Amino acid sequence: MMNEELHTIAAELKERFAADLYEFRGEVSLILKPEDIVAFSRALRDEYDFELLTEETAVDYWPEQTPRFHVVYRWRSLKRNTIIGARVLLDGNSPSMPSIVKVYLNANGFERELWDMFGICFEEHPDLRRIMMPADWVGHPLRKDYPLGYEEVQFTFNFDEIDQRKPYAKE
Amino acid sequence: MDIDLETNLPPDALDGMQHLVSDRAVRGETVLLNMGPQHPSTHGVLRLLLELDGEVVVNCVPDIGFLHTGIEKNMEAKTYLKAEVMTDRLDYLNNLGNNLTYVMAIEKLADLDVPPRAQAIRVLLTELQRIASHLVWLGTHALDAAAMSVFLYCFRERERILDIFEMVSGQRMMTTYFRPGGLWRDVTSGFEAAVRDFVSYFPPRVTEYDRLLTKNPIFLRRTKEIGYLEPEVALRHGVTGPMLRAAGIEFDLRKAQPYSGYELYDFDVPTHTDSDTYARYLMRMEEMRQSIRIVEQALNKLPLGPVRSNNRKYVPPPRSELGTSMEAVIHHFKLWTEGFIPPKGSVYVATESPRGELGVFLESDGGPKPYRVHWRTPSFTNIQILPILARGHLVADLVLLIGTVDILLGDVDR
Repeated sequence: MMNEELHTIAAELKERFAADLYEFRGEVSLILKPEDIVAFSRALRDEYDFELLTEETAVDYWPEQTPRFHVVYRWRSLKRNTIIGARVLLDGNSPSMPSIVKVYLNANGFERELWDMFGICFEEHPDLRRIMMPADWVGHPLRKDYPLGYEEVQFTFNFDEIDQRKPYAKE
Repeated sequence: MDIDLETNLPPDALDGMQHLVSDRAVRGETVLLNMGPQHPSTHGVLRLLLELDGEVVVNCVPDIGFLHTGIEKNMEAKTYLKAEVMTDRLDYLNNLGNNLTYVMAIEKLADLDVPPRAQAIRVLLTELQRIASHLVWLGTHALDAAAMSVFLYCFRERERILDIFEMVSGQRMMTTYFRPGGLWRDVTSGFEAAVRDFVSYFPPRVTEYDRLLTKNPIFLRRTKEIGYLEPEVALRHGVTGPMLRAAGIEFDLRKAQPYSGYELYDFDVPTHTDSDTYARYLMRMEEMRQSIRIVEQALNKLPLGPVRSNNRKYVPPPRSELGTSMEAVIHHFKLWTEGFIPPKGSVYVATESPRGELGVFLESDGGPKPYRVHWRTPSFTNIQILPILARGHLVADLVLLIGTVDILLGDVDR
């Protein structure tokens, strides 16, 4: 692969956005500030021919709070036949960052999924609804402080107490 | 239920979705119709909220999540090896392709070597899997266009492929046959004969489907110039796979960034410029022919040798060693209780699934369980193009458009 070309691009972008660069197993990623992400993706699309947004996902580092979330991006260039990644670090339990839907339209689905699964809010997203879980679901399942499953066992002495907080339609 | 007599809608019908339909729907001038989730031609449990003007689709809002199984969350709670079993359940027509993507991610993370025989068998089986997946697609696509017999023929051939999978892995669909560092075990003695039999049996069958559909006037009228997708729009929406190639953009990961030894085989990547339902049909037919070419080549030069890496920190020792080597017993015990521990870091690996770019993002925190697994599935991205394809077409054509995107709800919802 054209690794040198990728390294030049990454170095240029690192300079321009004052980002950190890291590499693992040949994959190059930049660590960006949340407010830079729209300008960054626009530069990738218009100046460096990264036509496809390959994925956008997140990792939760709970119980760490600063940063708690990494939003992970990956773009693919068909022309240069390469991939470049980026990470945006977000603090706190109800983070918020700019959306890149206007630059890459398929970010719509990815960002809806991130809102649904991690509770990361994307400003100016046109359609930020839950995508996988039902609309009235409480909580964000892929967060690390969200339990994997298991229902609380109701005994006769605490049946009503547990029933009150069980998430099902009552009446 | 109360229905508003002015608009003919229940009061909460558009809860939070007003911005996705036109003003005419809110005023009650167009009809809102739910298609699915229980509908035979949505290929699973996809719900579409349709706004119709007569029979013409004005807006189409896909609603997914009915098959959400929380596989990503579940994988975080299992060791790397146990989590592999769940990969079969994602895209249930591309089980071996999912296995391959996942084990390749672990191999990249851990820097594991894979012997050439295992590589060749992986390619061979995933290409058979591609044919099986395309056969299901072709059968159901034809069924959507009311051609029942093609469906029966396709499933007859698919059964032969599943028999081969059962022969090597013990399972027809949920194989978990590829393991980090190689394969579960070597192929059985009847494998080569069975594949050779299939290689000679299958090409005439494709010609048969060709004769049934390619020049069939009914099929032509149902598919030609239906669902045109512009290449720029496709790129901007991140569409990959046969959908993108039918729009004239030659992008196939098997050629662009060969993995698992695809560079050793001689095959073509078909492209088309019409970018309609018919072009996508032709593309996938040609892909089946190319896949059988790869299978034949892989079979002819199947190397001999081991099928598993010798790295004992990741790959369990052979059974025969357990009686003689204390070290082997320790490795065996550690691997089946705690599991292996790859280094800290994150990787992204992508393969070409029958539907497009299937990627897995794997992050390890230096423990025996994956810290985060994200599946970048082609269907999830491709389904978002459906509203653009459907706009202005008839409801009857929408059924074919769902087929032409070739979504699989297990792949969409994960």
